[in-house]
Amino acid sequence: MLTTHPSNLDSDLEGTDMRATAAAPDTPAAVPWEEVVTVALLGTDRRTPPWLPPGREAPRALLDLAAVKTVRRRAGLRPAPAKPRPEPAAADPRPPLPPAAARRLAMLLSNRPGTAGGGRRGTAPDLMELLPQWLALANERGFAAPPEALPALLDAARGRTDLRPAALAFAGPRALWLARLNADWRFALRSAPGGGSEPPPDETDRIRQLWQEGLFAERVALLGALRARRPAAARALLTTTWATERAEDRLMFLDSLRTRLGSADEPFLEQALSDRSRNVRATAAELLSALPDSALAGRMAERAVACVAVDRTRGEPTIVVEAPHQCDAGMERDGVVPKPPAGRGERSWWLGQLAEAAPLGSWAARLGGRTPEEIVALPVADDWRGELHAAWCRAAVRQRDTGWSRALLGPPSAPDAGGPGAVSLAERAKLLSTLGAEERADWVAGFIAAHGLSEAFQLLGVCATPWAAPLGRAVVDALNIARDAGSYPWSFSGVMGLAERCLDPVEATRLDALTGIPDETEDTSPGAGSYWAEAFQRLTTTLRLRAAMQEELGAVPPDPRPV
Amino acid sequence: MTQQGVRWIADQVLALAPDAASRKAGSKLGAAGPWSEAGSSDEGTVWGLCKGSGSKPYRTVVDIADAAGPAYKCSCPSRKFPCKHALGLLLLWAGGDGTVPRGQAPDWAQQWIEGRRQRAQQKRTAGGSASGASADPQAARRRAEQRAERITAGATELEQRLTDLLRGGLAAAEQAEYGLWEETAARMVDAQAPGLAARVRELGAIPSSGPGWPVRLLEECALLHLLDQGWLRRERLPDGTAATVRSRVGLPGSPDGPPVRDHWLVLAQYDTSDGRLTTRRIWLYGATSQRTALLLSYGAAGRAPELALPVGLTFAAELSAYPGAGQLRAALGERFTAPAPAPVRPPGVSADQAAARYGEALRDDPWLDSFPVTLGRVIPTPAEDAWQLADADGDTALPLTPSAIARPGLWRLVALSGGAPVTVFGECGHRGFTPLTAWPRGTGEAVALC
Repeated sequence: MLTTHPSNLDSDLEGTDMRATAAAPDTPAAVPWEEVVTVALLGTDRRTPPWLPPGREAPRALLDLAAVKTVRRRAGLRPAPAKPRPEPAAADPRPPLPPAAARRLAMLLSNRPGTAGGGRRGTAPDLMELLPQWLALANERGFAAPPEALPALLDAARGRTDLRPAALAFAGPRALWLARLNADWRFALRSAPGGGSEPPPDETDRIRQLWQEGLFAERVALLGALRARRPAAARALLTTTWATERAEDRLMFLDSLRTRLGSADEPFLEQALSDRSRNVRATAAELLSALPDSALAGRMAERAVACVAVDRTRGEPTIVVEAPHQCDAGMERDGVVPKPPAGRGERSWWLGQLAEAAPLGSWAARLGGRTPEEIVALPVADDWRGELHAAWCRAAVRQRDTGWSRALLGPPSAPDAGGPGAVSLAERAKLLSTLGAEERADWVAGFIAAHGLSEAFQLLGVCATPWAAPLGRAVVDALNIARDAGSYPWSFSGVMGLAERCLDPVEATRLDALTGIPDETEDTSPGAGSYWAEAFQRLTTTLRLRAAMQEELGAVPPDPRPV
Repeated sequence: MTQQGVRWIADQVLALAPDAASRKAGSKLGAAGPWSEAGSSDEGTVWGLCKGSGSKPYRTVVDIADAAGPAYKCSCPSRKFPCKHALGLLLLWAGGDGTVPRGQAPDWAQQWIEGRRQRAQQKRTAGGSASGASADPQAARRRAEQRAERITAGATELEQRLTDLLRGGLAAAEQAEYGLWEETAARMVDAQAPGLAARVRELGAIPSSGPGWPVRLLEECALLHLLDQGWLRRERLPDGTAATVRSRVGLPGSPDGPPVRDHWLVLAQYDTSDGRLTTRRIWLYGATSQRTALLLSYGAAGRAPELALPVGLTFAAELSAYPGAGQLRAALGERFTAPAPAPVRPPGVSADQAAARYGEALRDDPWLDSFPVTLGRVIPTPAEDAWQLADADGDTALPLTPSAIARPGLWRLVALSGGAPVTVFGECGHRGFTPLTAWPRGTGEAVALC
């Protein structure tokens, strides 16, 4: 609080009559304030000090005195001594946002979820959903965040972990400075490893000191940032204290090796296979299996390949499977979990884990030099097809193998691509993520053209945004077909929501024709037409808004900064 | 008015919203999607059709040309005022992206506008004659005397109540029921002294306000006593002090100061609400006169106060002061320009000077809880569980009030500063400093903190 002026000021009321009302008792100014308060607390009936007139006049005189003292105390208030000022935040060298873009950001941030009235969305765009895109654009163009927007930005990122990397990159050094002052934003200090928002100090001594003395979050951030720039140095740093870390911490630190994983990491990971903690062992095994040349991958390949063969004695070459009969100590050390989850046979459980961890390159030699496409096309005896293909899918995703991914996906228009085939939609989505953006978009466009939108949501989710032109057209055409077929738009609300965020804004003009209310026919659902018009209106409004967002942020700088 | 041709900014529109829900609903409608046949005229009218859930779109029209504040008309059934459609339409118009072109108002909009302007005209002529007719000085004086007598009776009763309290001791007040104070407050309302009533009501809440309550209760009782005594002896007070007492007791004053024409910078705008009434305070700073003035406007439940001015912008207008020594309240007279950006910043003082300003202001008005000041170069600094504004060039600091620390504006201020000096406008008082608006180093725009 403010402190009271030590010296007694002359009353500011001097010269007015009010002063006179207070000046009656003997030496009122000499009475300490604390004593006045004590007398007031006890009451003048109980205690009448000598500086008050006795009897009926006492309470009034006490009030007079308290009034003078109150005003005097307030008038004499002085500032408090200053505490040590906070260390200034590091400068942000990026250029400030254009004013229109800054206003847009404030608008997007003020539209927080939870404040919505709920219910139907009407024709107004969902602003919060546009924030990730806005952040990506702003980061691409290299703008600095307006400082006053940082609290709202950090609050938004606190509630949505998916926003954090982009939000923190945009927020820049001042957000980390703020996070140290507000416990609500501590996540910023441990988030975004390698996000580059705070490059680790280059001096080895300081790194070592922070690593040995820092908080857990700081250490995770340090390791992540170092790993992104100098993988070997990060591993070496981890080795220095590995034996003394707690099991949960070892697991988190091991996880950071996923970034820039390479064969140089193998000895360390191989050693971690004998770790005391089962979770650490499993993670080490998983990381090693992602290195096709590792000894573990070789061992797994040996085991997996032994279970699978081509039987030429049948009418056509067929894959036969002989799942492992036991899970020995060697398999367990290599990360195979011996006990299957409830409802699964243990032999197929073991087979799945072996095939998943074996390098995909080892199959061609075993299966007659066939290409991935040919192997996938082979019939599989005794209902092993699902198990085997699912394991290959997981392997293709883990090893980022585009050839196998392509083969397992098959052509998008294939009849079983839409139905419950051997490869589920979730697996397809993961396989797609290993392909290049253009190939991914083309495959999904083909899928939608052949099978419609009802199964497309997950697949669309892995496509790069904004959607490539063929994909965007396929989605709009399919929505148009769905409308003409007479269903309600909320059956497609997921895809609609994605389209609002991902469709290229240039498509807005093509959509204008769809925003009218179509005539109702016998086979359309009642009122569906106007709901569709509303949904398409929201879509075009959102696209226009996104176009405006882009324009406000200006063109991508000709010399893009390295990411 | 010369608002024609000048577009508002979104903040200005949103300040008209009666509540947060309307503000949000209005922002959603501030996009081209649901609107059709929207347009605006040079006379300051904006209109449009907004598609709602029904088959017929709502007809929305807003007249912003009136000096008394904008007027709205919408065919929607909402009882919010203005409704979200009116807000959305104004936002769309403020956005200025060509979806609200200049044009000729359609008949339905034109009819309403003409009807409205005619009524306003009639009222103006009628109002002129009415005030002449009602000016029966005899009757007015009689009414004023009657009221003064009631207030005197109320003040005397209140004095009795306060002396009883001090006789029995404040410690007893802790057990006393809240209802006792409420009853006394009601008696003060009956005595037509709303200023006394409000103070009495606050007394009731002090015993439960946490550690240190006896000091606060004694202070407030003493100041109430001072006000009672001031009223009872008002004839013997200097004119200015007597006017301050009258306004503190709750007698309405009229802004009879000479009009001051200036370019007024909007320093801050914030609302407080007691459930029944929303009070909006707008602080202004005159670029030439260097005066700081306070505009008050009120909104009954569910309505926003009509006056809304965007923080950081400057407009030319005439202000007339209300009477009373140390009173900063003024009334907004004629406005000559719409608010526009201008490189005006209030001159800043140090933390020491700010505390001294408050002390000096108490000379004219001892009941003052705080005084508006601009701190020139201060750094928001954490101090244990609290925050302070530390002088960048000295070793003193003003602590922030507990309520200011609880508000999100604190973090906007801290973020804006980043550990560097900023200029902060706020209210400095015995509870500490309440920051309301801040300016970054250099030439950055004002950032509202409330």
